Amino acid sequence: MARDPAEMSAKKVVLHGVKKIYQGASGDVVALNGVDLEIRNNEFVCVVGPSGCGKSTLLNILAGLDRQTEGEVLVDGKPVDGPSGERGVVFQQYALFPWLTVRKNIAFGLHNKKLPQQEIDRLVEKYVRMVALEDFLDSYPKELSGGMKQRVALARAYAMDPSLLLMDEPFGALDAQTRAQLQADLLELWEKENKTCFFITHDVEEAVLLAQRVVIMSARPGRINKIVDIDIPYPRTQETRLTGRFTELKNDIWATVYSEYLEERK
Amino acid sequence: MSKKDRAAKSPAPQGAAWVNLLYVVVSVAVVMLLWHIVSSPGMKSAKVFASPAAVLKAFAAKVRTGKIWEHLGYSVGRVLTGFSLAFVAALPVSFLMGWYEPFRRFFQPWISFLKCIPPLAFIPLVIVGAGVGESAKVIVIFIAAFLVMVITIYGGVVNVDNTLIKAARVLDSNDRTIFFKVVVPASTPYIFTAVRLGLSSSLTTLIAAELTGAQVGLGQMIQEASNYFNMDVVLMGIILIGLVGITFEKIVTFFERRLTAWQEIRQK
Ligand SMILES: Nc1ncnc2c1ncn2[C@@H]1O[C@H](COP(=O)(O)OP(=O)(O)O)[C@@H](O)[C@H]1O
Ligand SMILES: [Mg+2]
Repeated sequence: MARDPAEMSAKKVVLHGVKKIYQGASGDVVALNGVDLEIRNNEFVCVVGPSGCGKSTLLNILAGLDRQTEGEVLVDGKPVDGPSGERGVVFQQYALFPWLTVRKNIAFGLHNKKLPQQEIDRLVEKYVRMVALEDFLDSYPKELSGGMKQRVALARAYAMDPSLLLMDEPFGALDAQTRAQLQADLLELWEKENKTCFFITHDVEEAVLLAQRVVIMSARPGRINKIVDIDIPYPRTQETRLTGRFTELKNDIWATVYSEYLEERK
Repeated sequence: MSKKDRAAKSPAPQGAAWVNLLYVVVSVAVVMLLWHIVSSPGMKSAKVFASPAAVLKAFAAKVRTGKIWEHLGYSVGRVLTGFSLAFVAALPVSFLMGWYEPFRRFFQPWISFLKCIPPLAFIPLVIVGAGVGESAKVIVIFIAAFLVMVITIYGGVVNVDNTLIKAARVLDSNDRTIFFKVVVPASTPYIFTAVRLGLSSSLTTLIAAELTGAQVGLGQMIQEASNYFNMDVVLMGIILIGLVGITFEKIVTFFERRLTAWQEIRQK
């Protein structure tokens, strides 16, 4: 893959001393405690860690849907202040508008951008083809399988042409074959249109397959435990899973995550 | 990318049209038979239940004088007027309650307080204020329908899936877009439920109001007939009220099918 080194080294995301405290009924919950992370332009970063360690909290803060209690959150050098189409989000629960067809779901954000109808149509066609759902443009979400719904959600996020794509366990609810298909789709999209990807998963294997770097978080309070470089060249395919290096990295990360889990149970 | 994962289309919730018809025919036939039995001369219950033939005759007589259309017209007219006013008022109030915290806090205690009071209890006040004419009945219907609809629609507005609102926000939507393109369509199924409940409480409240005093109307017809022990007219009136209710229901369902077909679980 040809990536401009200067662009690669540019910092897309800078998190510095990010702390998040939720005021709950049963006292305060420290969801994040001092998270430092830098993500390069066009980098693919996966985040793994036990549930409740603050992965979604971190993503929501990056999306501008939530605000950190302390610390600095910079995207393109600017502090995040509320949501923006520049930062696309794909949710685990698909979050398609059930009253809109596939076409109108993908077009939703494009209308907000006040693009001319012709341009909207062109983009919808382009991205629906990218996820191979052109036969379902006029279907409603209830007529689609889980995998198809998530592909629509991906197309909807991509159509906004965000430079940063935030994904919160997007394939978590899908069966193994569908998940493998969508991982391949996502890698293909990412290699075609350079975007910085921040991808949360609880599946270590998925993280190693997709990411250039895997961020391992630990819970109570949420912080970054370890960052592992995945030095496996792209394009990666399902065959990549069979290589020795893949297994090695996977086992290494899994051991860390599992020891986190045991630590937490104590 | 594969197109393998086709959507699983669920089978139609109801069977073929003729099966539906069969159910209706059988169910009506059984009830008619029961009615025939309980109203036959030897039965004690015949005092309460006039026979189908007698009821039909009573109906024919009222049709001949044209009186029945007057009763029906007045009752339906009052219901629709009171209901429509209530609907027009309930929409903004319930959406504002769901959308604006101060508005919600102002209205919520009053709605909770009022919903426990049967609307008929307001009749003495209404009569003193508005007399015994048409407006008094419309006001009572308005109170009944307004409360039930505000509560139902408000419930829908606050239950809008937060993930959908988040999804809209990250797609560059402003508050106006979120309100009109997410909150309103997401609440549509609740609006239909509200209309259903509003219409049925309008109808029941009106009949009760007419029973306690009116010049004309289905309730008044029943009340007058009962004074003369004309049980055939009483029963006919009751059946007509039921038919009016079913007609409302069918009309609401007709529009609901068209406007909320996108729902995952479709009501029958
Ligand atoms: N809105 C909220 N209010 C209170 N506590 C919250 C809220 N959201 C998350 N939390 C708490 O913050 C912690 C981190 O949650 P989350 O970011 O969802 O974890 P993860 O996505 O890693 O499973 C958990 O302990 C959770 O209970
Ligand atoms: Mg989560």
